[in-house]
Amino acid sequence: MGNGPDIKDIQTIEHDVIVIGAGGAGLRAAIECSRQGLNTGLVCKSLLGKAHTVMAEGGMAAAMGNVDNRDGWKIHFRDTMRGGKFLNNWRMAELHAKEAPDRVRELEEWGAVFDRTKDGLISQRNFGGHRYPRLAHVGDRTGLELIRSLQDYGVHSGIHVHMECTALDLMKDGDRVCGALGYWRDTGRFVLFKSKAVILATGGIGKAWRITSNSWEYTGDGLAMAYLAGAELLDLEFTQFHPTGMVWPPSVRGVLVTEGVRGDGGILKNSEGKRFMFGYISPRFAPETADTEEEANRWLAGDKSARRPPELLTRDEVARAINAEVKAGRGSEHGGVYLDIASRLPAEVIRKKLPSMYHQFKELAEVDITKQPMEVGPTLHYHMGGILVDAESQMTTVPGLFAAGECGAGLHGANRLGGNSLSDLLVFGRRAGLGAAEYIKALPGSPAPVADQVQASMRRATDILNRDSGTNPFVIQDQLQDMMGKNVGIIRTKSELETAVGELEKFKSEADKVKAHATSQYNAGWHTALDLRNLLIASEAVAKAALTREESRGAHTREDFAGEREEWVKYNVIIKRGADGSMVVEKRERKPGPTPLVEIANSKIEDLEGGKVGADYK
Amino acid sequence: MAERTFKIWRGNKDGGEFVEYKVDVGPGWVVLDCIHRIQMQHSTDLACRWNCKAGKCGSCSMEINGKPRLGCMTRMNSLPEGTITVQPLKTFPVIKDLVTDVSWNFEQNKRIAPFKPRPRDADGHHRMKQEDVDRVQEFRKCIECFLCQDVCHVLRDHKAHDKFVGPRFMIRLASLEMHPLDTDDRVEKIRKEFGSGWCNITRCCTEVCPEHIGITDNGIIPLKERVVDRFYDPVAWFLGKVFGKK
Ligand SMILES: Cc1cc2nc3c(=O)[nH]c(=O)nc-3n(C[C@H](O)[C@H](O)[C@H](O)COP(=O)(O)OP(=O)(O)OC[C@H]3O[C@@H](n4cnc5c(N)ncnc54)[C@H](O)[C@@H]3O)c2cc1C
Ligand code: SF4
Ligand code: SF4
Ligand code: FES
Repeated sequence: MGNGPDIKDIQTIEHDVIVIGAGGAGLRAAIECSRQGLNTGLVCKSLLGKAHTVMAEGGMAAAMGNVDNRDGWKIHFRDTMRGGKFLNNWRMAELHAKEAPDRVRELEEWGAVFDRTKDGLISQRNFGGHRYPRLAHVGDRTGLELIRSLQDYGVHSGIHVHMECTALDLMKDGDRVCGALGYWRDTGRFVLFKSKAVILATGGIGKAWRITSNSWEYTGDGLAMAYLAGAELLDLEFTQFHPTGMVWPPSVRGVLVTEGVRGDGGILKNSEGKRFMFGYISPRFAPETADTEEEANRWLAGDKSARRPPELLTRDEVARAINAEVKAGRGSEHGGVYLDIASRLPAEVIRKKLPSMYHQFKELAEVDITKQPMEVGPTLHYHMGGILVDAESQMTTVPGLFAAGECGAGLHGANRLGGNSLSDLLVFGRRAGLGAAEYIKALPGSPAPVADQVQASMRRATDILNRDSGTNPFVIQDQLQDMMGKNVGIIRTKSELETAVGELEKFKSEADKVKAHATSQYNAGWHTALDLRNLLIASEAVAKAALTREESRGAHTREDFAGEREEWVKYNVIIKRGADGSMVVEKRERKPGPTPLVEIANSKIEDLEGGKVGADYK
Repeated sequence: MAERTFKIWRGNKDGGEFVEYKVDVGPGWVVLDCIHRIQMQHSTDLACRWNCKAGKCGSCSMEINGKPRLGCMTRMNSLPEGTITVQPLKTFPVIKDLVTDVSWNFEQNKRIAPFKPRPRDADGHHRMKQEDVDRVQEFRKCIECFLCQDVCHVLRDHKAHDKFVGPRFMIRLASLEMHPLDTDDRVEKIRKEFGSGWCNITRCCTEVCPEHIGITDNGIIPLKERVVDRFYDPVAWFLGKVFGKK
């Protein structure tokens, strides 16, 4: 070929399956692959145990009924559908609610030490949108417990871990996936992974925004690689803005303040000292939400006849309410609102229940949350949209390519409930592993990477270093974040979204000229430059999907199309790469849900609990 | 904005030197913010690990003014005036700039036999009292920043990596040994294979732990006691195993 290094000279590693991403989803998938007898490779950009999952705070949702025995999978399923504004994949929401308790118990079997109830069982805490206390947790560091338990168990299960290795592109043999090209961070050298199947577990796309709870890793790599490999993407317009991120000082703007603060009694106040959430209860949730402070306080004290405080409405609702308060001039000093736990709980209880929040504010903002309120505001947090997968096997529309965790899509619909991600990772991580094993069993022969693809991928990477001059990748990323925050934010309009689409064209041509200096070894600039392509694909896809959905549903709010439109619940927005390489957007009709599930999701809570609805459905 | 001067170690395994940078520091900034600013404005290839920027992942370990610390939790206004020096962890081999090869630690973890729980109760639950897991949970707060490994003189000065697993893995062992459900017998190995005897209780590890884990007093000393108990009093050990550990 003469256009780059010979593919025979590149280090090649062969596995039956490679899992890209070592958060909860990737680790659980890899463990399952290994259990199924597959030779399994696990690749991640950072060191093992540092993936986003480690940051999860509040807990993991599973209807175990340890704290309130009225809970069960049907109620969890109903909450998930209602939180997702009925756009969720019915089957995924069912599987998730049914299987989550087993996944929690399994984790305990692998060494996780959850907080306990008085009777010594796994304790469960309240969270937004969950009817009963449902989140298994460890203080406010549940993600750490989850990832460390999987990691400690996983390293004994024969998985081959390749740390600080970044996947650049998927490789295909005909229409099948056959591996991926990556590079080692510590040397800057390329490595070709050959495999029969690939599981993507790369997480989200938060780095397209400046104010985000997400780290540098969240550049939509899995989404973009899948897209370029021909996979379909689902409902990308649904980007979750978590209502409570830190707003001050500027250097920590966006860092998450767990919903657990509100679950444990924290309340939101505006600059006038008013507990404003009572003014923002939407009709859907009104029958199940307290309408006086007195009732909300009774609920907190454990009165089972009282309804839940409005601070625990779903995230989309709370984020919009905060946004509205700030816009109306009732915001806090630095443009947020106040979150008060100090006046609600004794100092030692706060320190015990929310230790990492206590430290985070003390050390980063010089605020003592046992004495003062926190200043909080919305922060880009999670991507409900993602790669379209089969509910049972997690296979994408590309044979041999699977996706699980945040980079996949379907379970959460238009809005994710807190705590439903960690359970998602385990339920569908495991299923992806099983799916890959089944696929491989039925696979005729071994697909093999094609030299042209490998070389094209390497050339794209090395061009960035070899160019004589060009734009600074950090500066482009910074400008992109600014642009996305302005035009594809929490409240959206047609004209701003169109501006975004236009701007993104300019960013794309800028990104083609990006230059990284020095050598390829552990080079932050080069890495940021490589990520740009993925970030731009993700941004474009979100903007175009948001433009297409002409309604407001869940996390997607269109100022020019207020409110949910009956017609739109029937459609998904699908994005894929067209034959000419341009992005194709399709409004695709959804299959109606199975009758018993539809009935359960739409039932009155009394009817469901009284056995009038769904009693026969197992 | 106040201008501050940094001296950052730049180099790789073949050697390196301190390079000076000036940074305009914004309100509330931490050292990691300054490093990011240097990457953006002066040196895009400066190598530094980070992920969460909130003290939760343990990636951004470095030595700031000679002390092992997390870059993301070290506020600029907590540092004395004058030049700030930043260098990689000394105990582990340098890869580039502030990034070191910490893979030895991951190897140690693999040597530790996995959790081996007793069977569940008849109704499928494991029952444990909160007060019986408090201690284990304290150890499990560890974010694997390896700052304690960096500061422990057994590893740092004596380079006894083949004899002692270091404080991080002593508390990992303690979290298993003190786990109410674990049935494995680990005491012998703690002494022989993992080298508990090498620790001479200087408490330097405890001092640097960003998670404020009582590594020495709550973890290593009780482990040492168990080792001694076993040696002198096998009966007490046996009863302890059968009727619950302290
Ligand atoms: C601060 C915070 C708090 C949260 N709290 C909760 C909570 O309480 N409850 C809850 O349910 N959810 C919570 N979430 C959401 C939840 O933590 C995440 O959605 C979830 O952890 C994602 O897991 P994952 O396995 O999909 O991906 P991640 O854990 O993000 O892992 C992604 C992995 O992919 C790797 N990767 C990415 N790109 C590449 C590439 N190109 N090559 C190789 N590897 C790659 C990364 O290195 C990483 O290992 C929280 C999120 C945040 C940010
Ligand atoms: S107390 Fe022991 S483990 Fe900790 S630093 Fe001192 S010698 Fe090392
Ligand atoms: S014990 Fe503390 S210092 Fe040591 S690795 Fe864990 S968190 Fe870091
Ligand atoms: S970046 Fe995670 S601990 Fe500093």
